Amino acid sequence: MNCVLEPGNILYDTVLFREVYNFVGQVLPCWLSWLAAGFVIIFLLVNAVLLGAAVFSWLERRLIGKFQNRLGPNRWGPFGMFQPIADLVKLLFKEDLTPGTADRWVFLAVPIMMVAPVMLTLAVVPFAKDTALANLNVGVLYILAVTSITSIAIFMAGWSSNNRFALFGAARGVAVLISYEVPVVVSLLGVVMIAGSMSLADVVSAQMLPFIIVQPLAFFVFVAGTAAELNRTPFDMAEAESELIAGYHTEYSGIKFAMIQAAEFGGVMVASGVITTLFLSGWEGPVDRWLGWLWFLLKVMAVAMVFIWVRATFPRLRIDQLLAFAWKFLLPASLINLLATSLEVYFLRDDAGVLTRGDLGIMTGINLALFVVCIFIFGNLVRDKVRPVAARGGAPTLPPGITVVEAD
Amino acid sequence: MYGLAMVKGLMVTLKNLTKKPFTVQYPEERLKQHPRFRGEEFVWYEERCTGCASCAKYCPLGIIKIVTSPSETAVPQGDKYRLEVFDISINRCMFCGLCVEACPYDALFMGSGFEQGRYSRQDMVISIDELRQADKHPSTFFRPQLESQEYDPRAGKPLDWRQVGRESWQWHQREKAGMRIGGRPSPEDNRDSSDGAGSSSGSAAGN
Repeated sequence: MNCVLEPGNILYDTVLFREVYNFVGQVLPCWLSWLAAGFVIIFLLVNAVLLGAAVFSWLERRLIGKFQNRLGPNRWGPFGMFQPIADLVKLLFKEDLTPGTADRWVFLAVPIMMVAPVMLTLAVVPFAKDTALANLNVGVLYILAVTSITSIAIFMAGWSSNNRFALFGAARGVAVLISYEVPVVVSLLGVVMIAGSMSLADVVSAQMLPFIIVQPLAFFVFVAGTAAELNRTPFDMAEAESELIAGYHTEYSGIKFAMIQAAEFGGVMVASGVITTLFLSGWEGPVDRWLGWLWFLLKVMAVAMVFIWVRATFPRLRIDQLLAFAWKFLLPASLINLLATSLEVYFLRDDAGVLTRGDLGIMTGINLALFVVCIFIFGNLVRDKVRPVAARGGAPTLPPGITVVEAD
Repeated sequence: MYGLAMVKGLMVTLKNLTKKPFTVQYPEERLKQHPRFRGEEFVWYEERCTGCASCAKYCPLGIIKIVTSPSETAVPQGDKYRLEVFDISINRCMFCGLCVEACPYDALFMGSGFEQGRYSRQDMVISIDELRQADKHPSTFFRPQLESQEYDPRAGKPLDWRQVGRESWQWHQREKAGMRIGGRPSPEDNRDSSDGAGSSSGSAAGN
């Protein structure tokens, strides 16, 4: 027995895993304590996502109620805090229907494929110093890769349900996801360039100034793109209730529906965690490094509240407005940000390739000016493109081949 | 500038976040109710009722059922009919209040309560015993002069049969009830016309 994790191990830097492994290793054989420590971490992680989903669903309903001068859920527990439990119990006892013409196994696999990427994403997000489950050196790439699985799950749901509304929702969802993937990836390149690493821990430690002010354009693009990828209002074309019943999860009920909902709500929490890590300097806080988890949690809640605020404010966009926003606004803006950041990094870094705090300050000034200019220029361009013809002052034009008959 | 409208929209919702919610948590909180509100209950004063069934005749829906029999003490006392059945089936009532307006003796009033939900249609019928035992909180609909006595159906004390109605009860007892007996009736008399008929007739006749 007496297993101790060697310093050269890939998981040595993960404090939680190391401590659990060393603790369990006193009594268990090495292979078993490896499994046990991994199980403990995964257990914590999975439950963190589910708890985050529950908290977020309560917070969202409560806050949107406040935004609309209502109360929101308030019947069970203080401020209705146990409402997610009641929801879950209700969904657990509901009949778990599968449509007779559904593609059964694909249909069954969808809830798992929805939840898995959310949990996988959290694996690389450090919620305090050295506490990410895996401090991957390609962390940013890993996040982008893993979150893309969701688009496959959405299309599987739409296809296997054998329901026209589900298929419409899935087609829209995939169109949105593919479009917004591009600006999101490009916007993250600037962050990665400044940090000089794709590891999320390195990105956090590189933020002498939070990247929200060093990279305002990238932040805007990333938050907008994330909202679209999470299918949240104003980008919720895939599950537009007033048009498509519930979009791709129309046919889901019972515990499967609960899992899809948990993936959506948990996805927002995890995305807030990613945004916090990449742009809001993660666990760094004003007081103590040991309070890192608290600062991280506070920032995550703040970002989640911004998502809720946006949802409470804006109406849903049309599909052409949605795609025009991605291709004509976010993509050029993120490309300009990429160009500007690469030039800044090239000219400002010293011989060792290190950026100082002063360099970041200079970049902040340039990028903030660039942010305002970009929003102005591309905003005006997009506005002219997406407005109806009549609103632009021109007469409405009909497609060729249509004759207008005057009524008597 | 592009985007300013979005910021403006965000500020609108933020302003609403600080406002007080409109919601009234109904079972725990209630809105203040107007005293002339016509509820799903009826207030019936048996002492005033003569069993003339005007209410039943005027009801547009015919949901009031009244069965009377001649009172045993009718001849010496000049008494009214004895009421055996007074059923109001509120599941079809439309709360027009015509029964209240039709009553010549101010015996029937709209109530002020509204929580009369039941699980079956049979339970929606208010029987004569329920009418007798119900708390007398008449709505001031059609009798707004009740409001001048600082009376509120949802707050004040229940009203006695002497306190309601347009005219003094003495007049009502002598003229409208068909009594042709000399002397001045005392308030204690005729309070219970159903079971205390013997004693009241004795004292009234003595005077």
